[in-house]
Amino acid sequence: MTAPEPVGRIRFMDRQRVNLDGFAVENPELGLAALRSPHDPEPSLVIADGRVTELDGVKEADFDSIDTFIARHGLDLSVAGEAMALSDVAFARLLVDPAVPRAEIIRLSAGATPAKLARVLAQLRPPELVMAMTKLRARRTPSNQAHVTNRLDDPLLLAADAATAAAFGFREVETTVPVLGDAPSNAVACLIGAAFGADGVLIQCSVEEALELELGMRGLTSYAETVSLYGTEQVFTDGDDTPWSKAFLTSAYASRGMKMRVSSGAGAEVLMAGASGKSMLYLEARCVALARAIGAQGVQNGGIDGASVAGSVPGGLRELMSENVMVMMRNLESASGNDALMSESDMRRTSRTLPIVLAGSDFAFSGFGSIQRYDNMFGPSNFNAEDIDDFLAMQRDWGIDGGLRTVPASRLAEVRREAAEACRAVYAHLGLADFTDEHVDLAVDAAGSKDLGETDTLAVLGAAHAIRQRGLTVVDIVAALDECGYLHEAERMMAFARARLSGDYLQTSAIFDESLAVLSAVTDPNDYAGPGTGYEPSPDRQAEIDAIRQARGVADLRAEQARWAVPLLAPAGPARPGQGPRDVVIGVSPAVGRDVWRCLSGLAVTDVLRELLAGLEEEGCVGRVVRFNDSVDLGRIGLAAARLAGSGIGIGLQGKGTALIHRRDLAPLANLELYSMAPSVTPELYRLLGANAARHAKGGTPDPARNPYSDEAIEARYHTTVIALMELERRRMTPGVPPEELALEGLT
Amino acid sequence: MTRPVTDGTPIRALSGRAVDGLTVEAVRAGEVGVADLRIHPETLERQAVVAERHGNPQLAGNLRRAAELTRLPDDEVLAVYEALRPGRSTPAQLTELAASLAARGLPRCAALLTEAADVYARRGLSA
Repeated sequence: MTAPEPVGRIRFMDRQRVNLDGFAVENPELGLAALRSPHDPEPSLVIADGRVTELDGVKEADFDSIDTFIARHGLDLSVAGEAMALSDVAFARLLVDPAVPRAEIIRLSAGATPAKLARVLAQLRPPELVMAMTKLRARRTPSNQAHVTNRLDDPLLLAADAATAAAFGFREVETTVPVLGDAPSNAVACLIGAAFGADGVLIQCSVEEALELELGMRGLTSYAETVSLYGTEQVFTDGDDTPWSKAFLTSAYASRGMKMRVSSGAGAEVLMAGASGKSMLYLEARCVALARAIGAQGVQNGGIDGASVAGSVPGGLRELMSENVMVMMRNLESASGNDALMSESDMRRTSRTLPIVLAGSDFAFSGFGSIQRYDNMFGPSNFNAEDIDDFLAMQRDWGIDGGLRTVPASRLAEVRREAAEACRAVYAHLGLADFTDEHVDLAVDAAGSKDLGETDTLAVLGAAHAIRQRGLTVVDIVAALDECGYLHEAERMMAFARARLSGDYLQTSAIFDESLAVLSAVTDPNDYAGPGTGYEPSPDRQAEIDAIRQARGVADLRAEQARWAVPLLAPAGPARPGQGPRDVVIGVSPAVGRDVWRCLSGLAVTDVLRELLAGLEEEGCVGRVVRFNDSVDLGRIGLAAARLAGSGIGIGLQGKGTALIHRRDLAPLANLELYSMAPSVTPELYRLLGANAARHAKGGTPDPARNPYSDEAIEARYHTTVIALMELERRRMTPGVPPEELALEGLT
Repeated sequence: MTRPVTDGTPIRALSGRAVDGLTVEAVRAGEVGVADLRIHPETLERQAVVAERHGNPQLAGNLRRAAELTRLPDDEVLAVYEALRPGRSTPAQLTELAASLAARGLPRCAALLTEAADVYARRGLSA
């Protein structure tokens, strides 16, 4: 027997996008448990003669390689006794108490074992996590990172898109490749492009570790973050590394003056069937403790590739944010994930990201897909080019700094063209590849690589090969820029190379600002201690956040309306009472025929009047148009029109298109028919309103119109325009000025 | 905002060249090589002191290992990394490599390898 088909409500709910997501039954045996598993160890730390002899329930003789590295290098044994003696809840309260300074949390956390920090963080509820992140992130000024990639590894598009990302305010640009061999070309294209968008943007090319290090050694990239750590020895070894090889690699990057952070996060062990029954938070706690132990300055976590695994279990999003806060407790830079699309539901993916953006992180995303989803060679990020305007609006809505800014259309066109042209010039100058004018034009205008048409991908591979074989370095790129006439950008690239030599950006949470000053835990430490303290956008930065390109004021609307002005509706003398029983007055608001010419529906006010007059005529009535100068209220205008009309019936029309039928004996707020949904009223409906007014005048039976209905956010779309239109009306309102007839010429 | 502690200290590249001389004019004259854009070990040591003062002795340790590694050419750095990956080296090979690094003035890196040799043997991570 088959199960009966579910009822319509369930069938309807099943069709919503959230039901494309997978939801797992919690299963600690498989590691499908977010914050706690029955197999997580009790926190413990035993020290004998200055040596850790037991860590989280494991005796020294049984330490695996991860335990060993943490025990020998990761803990401050001088505070361990104090930290481990605190109850979980007492420790958790310190995290959210604004009176307890960040430095005190850092001091204590240094002596806490992985299991201890996992237990402490599992105590925090979501708003408490937001509070803890606000206080504990290392750098005072929040920032953001972008992905810049495309399906074709097209250098000109990469350059234009890197310039775009830099112009939008991203302080790090991370690229990668669909074709490994293209990597050197991608690094060079992004390096050149970003220089045209803003100063001081760090570049990363995420590829196999030896090649990534090689690109960094040549100065073509300036940071790395895909140095992966795992929470179990088995998965760590499967990843072809050990804590010692990673510690060495960390030093190797620093030895070449490169910034570096490690990468971990929930779900990686589960996906490799190696979670050993432990919770995601506990395994990640081991990674974060190890990150500190090997001397990395920061961690990219918050799920990363496994974000949707965490998202599939109860409390998963809490776990992801807890990972970021744990990094901050270890006094490390947090690049807070949000870089993998964790749901098909716009609401769920926003819900995953929003608390982190509100709290502010060193990098809210690692990274934000600054290109379209289909061009993201890391896989779609949780936010992508499709969402940049949404993100800018969210920053503005909450008055917070998510690291992004609006770029005027003209500026965007300019930096994209400069970047693409410079990239072409450098590739040609160095004999790497030649690109056509048409290719440059396409790259400048492209919203994604699908707009480029067919490209020569072998030429890219050839260019990449040449860069690697000839050992080209940042010096060659600077020389090429200079010789191609881009002296300014060549100077900026050299200034950046000099700034790197000071090593200041090797400290925790370092970014360069646009004047090449380093902002880090050292130079820009987070000093949040409750309301009125901590990071606040400067007035200039706040203005930048607020001024999204879609914002409109009254002056914008006045100019827009003026473009629709026509030489009609001229004043034709004082309005007088009508005599005949078929005389119907159409009363219009004070700005009609002066400042307001176009209704919210997009119809011209004169066209609306034509329809109303035609409707009246169809039913044998004669319409007049009278402008009332002493009120903006539609009810009063309609009633005053009715009182002037010989028939006693009037139509009121505001410039925005709202209309009603009134009768001389009704109260102002009463009416016979009302079109309240001005944006949706059609010419046919206005004609029907005219005809119905005539039927009322004749004492006949009107055919009432139904207000059009829409399930769209009509109010969100039009309310700001309504407010500005009403302001134009109000400015034309003059108490005591009598109504005036308007010429019907051109309307009938 | 507090200024970095390295402010005011003259910065030199690994080549010994003062950073102020690293200009586009110098590039144009063909006078700038990669060693002129490499960080100097003394700079890393100064940054290690800063990291220690800011509550991160492990970062300081890393920067001091890095200062040592400025002495090795790129391919040798990559070779040591490769030797440390699981299953690549016997404990004896790691110990030998550690000794050679120590002899060349890289004691911290040597210590890391010595420790690895011991743990790899115990945890089955050796060749």
